[in-house]
Amino acid sequence: MWSELFLVPFLTGLCLAILLPLLGCYLRLRDEWLAALAYSHVAAAGALLALVTAMPPAVGGIAAAGLAGAGKRFFAAKLAGGASYALLLLGGWAVAVLLAANHPMAERLGHALFDGQLYFSSSEQLWLVAVCSLMALLLLRKLASNLLLAHVYPDFFRVRGLPAWPTQTGFDLLAALALALATMSMGVMGAFALVFIPPWLAFRRGRNWRAGLWLALAIGLLAYIAAFIVALGLDQPFGPVLALVLIVVGLVIA
Amino acid sequence: MSFLLHIEHLVAGWQQAATQPFDLMLAAGEIVGLTGPNGVGKSTLLAALAGRAKIFSGRIEQRPGLRLALQTQDVPPVDGLPLSGRELLALTGASDDGLPHWLADRLDLRLDRLSGGQRHYLALWAILQAPADLVLLDEPTNNLDAAGVAHLTAHLRERAAAGAGMIVVSHDLAFVHSVCDRVLELGAGDVE
Repeated sequence: MWSELFLVPFLTGLCLAILLPLLGCYLRLRDEWLAALAYSHVAAAGALLALVTAMPPAVGGIAAAGLAGAGKRFFAAKLAGGASYALLLLGGWAVAVLLAANHPMAERLGHALFDGQLYFSSSEQLWLVAVCSLMALLLLRKLASNLLLAHVYPDFFRVRGLPAWPTQTGFDLLAALALALATMSMGVMGAFALVFIPPWLAFRRGRNWRAGLWLALAIGLLAYIAAFIVALGLDQPFGPVLALVLIVVGLVIA
Repeated sequence: MSFLLHIEHLVAGWQQAATQPFDLMLAAGEIVGLTGPNGVGKSTLLAALAGRAKIFSGRIEQRPGLRLALQTQDVPPVDGLPLSGRELLALTGASDDGLPHWLADRLDLRLDRLSGGQRHYLALWAILQAPADLVLLDEPTNNLDAAGVAHLTAHLRERAAAGAGMIVVSHDLAFVHSVCDRVLELGAGDVE
């Protein structure tokens, strides 16, 4: 396992196993957990679109999810109640499946994205994920208090004459880019499992917000390490194994 | 005394006007109560001062640099959220100095583990003790028992003595008359 062949994918996933549960806590706070699935599907569609137009898939995936995250605000009034995420999810899925059905190369990449084959990660991808995860964690730390404040006292910013949009748009963009990066590395459902299940348990069991974040992080990390070892040992695709491990952990703790 | 707020002939509402023309001069350290029947526009006036409701006519002049705090009747959505009372106070920059003992002892519990009254008082305290020059309170005694109302009354007087101005909307006439320097009763049935 400690050869470079497996160490690089392991470290790539480890970075995401730290970032995604923490990001998921703030998505759950905002009742936007569906956003994780939406951005992942849009990223998958963007990656396949880039592939068939002879561009790097990672650039396409990140650009598509980034556009979705930044553009969501412009349609917020017409697409309230999570409708924007449902439409993004369906649109991303439809485009990805159609591209995979009509292009042999897209079909192979599509399988990798939806199966969650972490083991194909390269050193370049590890560096990209490590740097982006670190930046995302720093930005999340900066936005954290304002995200909580906007949830418990929605009028606080307006009353103080402070703009709320940098926090909202900044977080939307952060979530979209982080999920695009995660989708490229561990697949759609692997990323979703890490964003959804550890925060769900942390919200049930956490003594306070800080303890909840630590709990989500611990669950995400332990489940990731266990899934990596099991998937590698049994020669199985990583994404479904991670999802199953997290489901078992979830049922035991919940 | 220096003025914090000067309101002239203010008519406010949402889709349409919901208040009569309203005038008020509020000084630092002064507490003004607004009473009157339901639908007369008391909460709408507070919402207009906070920038939430639409101003149809009249004007509001604030002291430059005035910091506002607003407590609404909405309960902060904390069910299922692992947020403690201490963390809530830290978010708004509120101090826990002066909290009643029945809350001070429970600051480290999750808010969704507190009773309705305890949760309401803590949410109110987080706004009341946030750094602000003008505090707008909408039905602050909702869900409070007699001990809570007594503690709130004493604390509002302390806050005013420290220089904060306050506008208090309430149906609780005994509370309003015991805590406010002036009480304005808004008339019913005369909103066009």
